[in-house]
Amino acid sequence: MSLFSVFNVAGSALNAQTIRLNTTASNLANAESVNGDPSQVYRGRHAVFQAMMDDSDTSDDGQDASAGVRVLGIVESTEPPTMSYQPNNPQANKDGYVYMSNVNSIEEMANMISANRSFSTNVEAINTARDLLLKTISMGH
Amino acid sequence: MFDNIFGIHEPALLLQGQRLSVLANNMANSDTPNFKARDIDFAEVLGGTQGDAPLALRVTNPADLTPSEGGLPAGELKYRNPYQASLDGNTVEMPVEQAAFAENNVRYQASLNFINGKIALLSYAIAGQ
Repeated sequence: MSLFSVFNVAGSALNAQTIRLNTTASNLANAESVNGDPSQVYRGRHAVFQAMMDDSDTSDDGQDASAGVRVLGIVESTEPPTMSYQPNNPQANKDGYVYMSNVNSIEEMANMISANRSFSTNVEAINTARDLLLKTISMGH
Repeated sequence: MFDNIFGIHEPALLLQGQRLSVLANNMANSDTPNFKARDIDFAEVLGGTQGDAPLALRVTNPADLTPSEGGLPAGELKYRNPYQASLDGNTVEMPVEQAAFAENNVRYQASLNFINGKIALLSYAIAGQ
């Protein structure tokens, strides 16, 4: 691993955090949506992260160096949706109940803040690596 | 005469560059479940180079370090002990990584400054003025 790999690693992190932010925004937008059918109601979506393994690790110490992060996929939350009695709602089922989406807005806000901090930190890592590389290139001048 | 002109700073610079990518990888995986934070232990890898052979890295296990003719010395990657347990098994603590990153940044620039100083000294000696 050299200094140049920092760009790939941090770039993958920026991409993963962006996907996480997108799913959080989608959850927040649909936090209030309801449906009469529990299988149709919106369920919160979350991105699953996985560390990418580095194939170019040539040392024989038996330890795989990881090189960044990737999003394995988006999973839906399995929490059961809560029911609410709204007989006047056009989407209510025959008993007058609607199912609310299982998105917890407070949790999504915390996710958003965490994604924001990770994003800033990785941008800092890129900036630092770039500055150090530029200084190394101009070594001796 | 030019073999060990930069002393310990030449391998130190290469190792610090490697450590930079290890720390960046830790920060990238701060949200990955079950990811274990790694780091390079400087004191151990560069230990023993102050004596007879300034450029020879002390090798505890020949399989760990594979310095090739033009390649980088592969430092020993260790696991970092977290200060607190976490729910998803991730041991990356962002403030710890940021502090290590900042420290590594300073060390890298210090090595660069030393090397630059040596180069300036050499140019001065060569040019004679």
